[in-house]
Amino acid sequence: MVSEKDVSYVAELANLELTEEERARMLKDMNSILGYIDRLNQLDTSNVEPMAQVASRYGELKDEIAANPFAYALRADEPRPCLPHDEALRNAPVTDGMFFKVPKVIER
Amino acid sequence: MNLDLLTVDAARTAVLEKETTATALVDAFYAKIAAEDDAIGAYLTLSKERAYAQAARIDAIADKGDALPPLAGVPVAIKDVFTTRDVRTTAGSKILENFIAPYDATVVAKLEHAGAIILGKTNCDEFAMGSSNENSGFHPVHNPRDLSRVPGGSSGGSAAAVAAGTAVASLGSDTGGSIRQPAAFCGVVGLMPTYGRVSRYGLIAFASSLDHPGPFGKTVKDAAIMLQALAGRDPLDSTTAEVSVPNYCGQIGKPVTGMKIGAPLEYFEDGLDPEVRAAVELGLQELVNAGAEIVPISLPHTAYSIPTYYVIATAEASSNLARFDGVRYGLRSSEAKTLSEMYRRTRDAGFGAEVKRRIMLGTYVLSAGYYDAYYLKAQRVRSLLARDFDEAFAKVDVIVTPTTPTPAFKLGEKTDDPLAMYLADIFTVTADLAGIPGISIPCGKSKEGLPIGMQILGKHFDEATILRVAHVAEHALAPRML
Repeated sequence: MVSEKDVSYVAELANLELTEEERARMLKDMNSILGYIDRLNQLDTSNVEPMAQVASRYGELKDEIAANPFAYALRADEPRPCLPHDEALRNAPVTDGMFFKVPKVIER
Repeated sequence: MNLDLLTVDAARTAVLEKETTATALVDAFYAKIAAEDDAIGAYLTLSKERAYAQAARIDAIADKGDALPPLAGVPVAIKDVFTTRDVRTTAGSKILENFIAPYDATVVAKLEHAGAIILGKTNCDEFAMGSSNENSGFHPVHNPRDLSRVPGGSSGGSAAAVAAGTAVASLGSDTGGSIRQPAAFCGVVGLMPTYGRVSRYGLIAFASSLDHPGPFGKTVKDAAIMLQALAGRDPLDSTTAEVSVPNYCGQIGKPVTGMKIGAPLEYFEDGLDPEVRAAVELGLQELVNAGAEIVPISLPHTAYSIPTYYVIATAEASSNLARFDGVRYGLRSSEAKTLSEMYRRTRDAGFGAEVKRRIMLGTYVLSAGYYDAYYLKAQRVRSLLARDFDEAFAKVDVIVTPTTPTPAFKLGEKTDDPLAMYLADIFTVTADLAGIPGISIPCGKSKEGLPIGMQILGKHFDEATILRVAHVAEHALAPRML
């Protein structure tokens, strides 16, 4: 069971604050959903490899895509043009024209 | 010209044969959107400047008599989770309400390169998280077949635009069913390609190991033409695989004689709506009439797909959505005095309830002490779900199921119970987890006139076979769609 304390802790990790009302709702919803997720424990998976990505399951296609279907993604380590500075800054809420500006980082 | 019935092929042919011009088509579609979209809410942003510039380019090619590209003059809509250069891109979220993308998603560039005209950006559940489009940060979408009902989600706007005839075809993304489920609810064709078949570059990430871009169309052939333009490796997305792209349109019209079609018993259990069951069973019967053989199969871990999905998808989402922090783009709360306060207040103000719920769940399942119990456990069950398909595809060529357990539900019907909403995707999530392709085609209507969808799943990179089967079923079922 998730407690109110857990909700506060997780909100802090996730950089959310949440209102009192949102916290109460979150407690209820997280417990309901995690309760449903608990049915995964009905399965014995001790000898099953975790699947982190789809490419590991391409099975039958092994011949066609050979040992490394993503070889093309490698290239010589040479500089290429990237997003121009002004375009990278264009959507920023606050800048000084050169850098993104943020509030004070060190609290004292 | 009846825009409600206009297909990709017919639009291009009309421009090619000078029955109309691309510019006149764009005029007609914007007039239709102005007249009809207020009641539906499929569009969030219209990209008129870009659409007319592209139409002028296509008309110039047609005037010169040069060869027209495959999607020349075809007006399309783009789900607002794909970036579009110089056009507002919100992902359905207030946190990106004023975001102007500085680059095009690969799929957007590819469609335009193939001659398509981008009419605008369609509404969706915020960051593609939802099954009804009611989680849009702006406004819900109404199902064009019955305005009191949801269009499905998360690509609800893209499905509704095609169903309403306010776009000829459109682009969506499917993470747990977000193309196939709204296609079923709106009575259109929706195709989720294999993971790695279509580039995700420029798709605002929800769950990176599950996000699949794909097309909507009125017909299977339209979906095939769209896929042809979208498929292929992309150096900007290193998960796109170096696998040759076949001629998808060449599959249209091929028979299904002798083909083995798996019907998984777990998808036809007691909870299934009787009208959905009857429609899909009739669809299967039509495939038998066309010479295919139905093979009963089992996908024994199906009951674990939703819990597996809600661990993996939320974990990946919590990580992907960390980037929305008020620094580089998007909303920033102006009240905060310190950096951490600014992060929290910005995210509190910018994200909607469902997005916060998923970030919280995802953060929880990844947090110290719970990672093995939830995240690693779910990844292991994901292997079992993928293995179920491997074993089934050793016996059959494709698998046919209902796309959804019920037809479209009413707006507001499931908004208070997140778990009930999650279960709307029960027949679609497993294919996302395994990364296999799937299509939903209309296969009948309920007594109330609501569309019912039939899902056809195939092996990795075997979109060709599902398109072939889908086209045979589409033609056999056409009389029942009137």
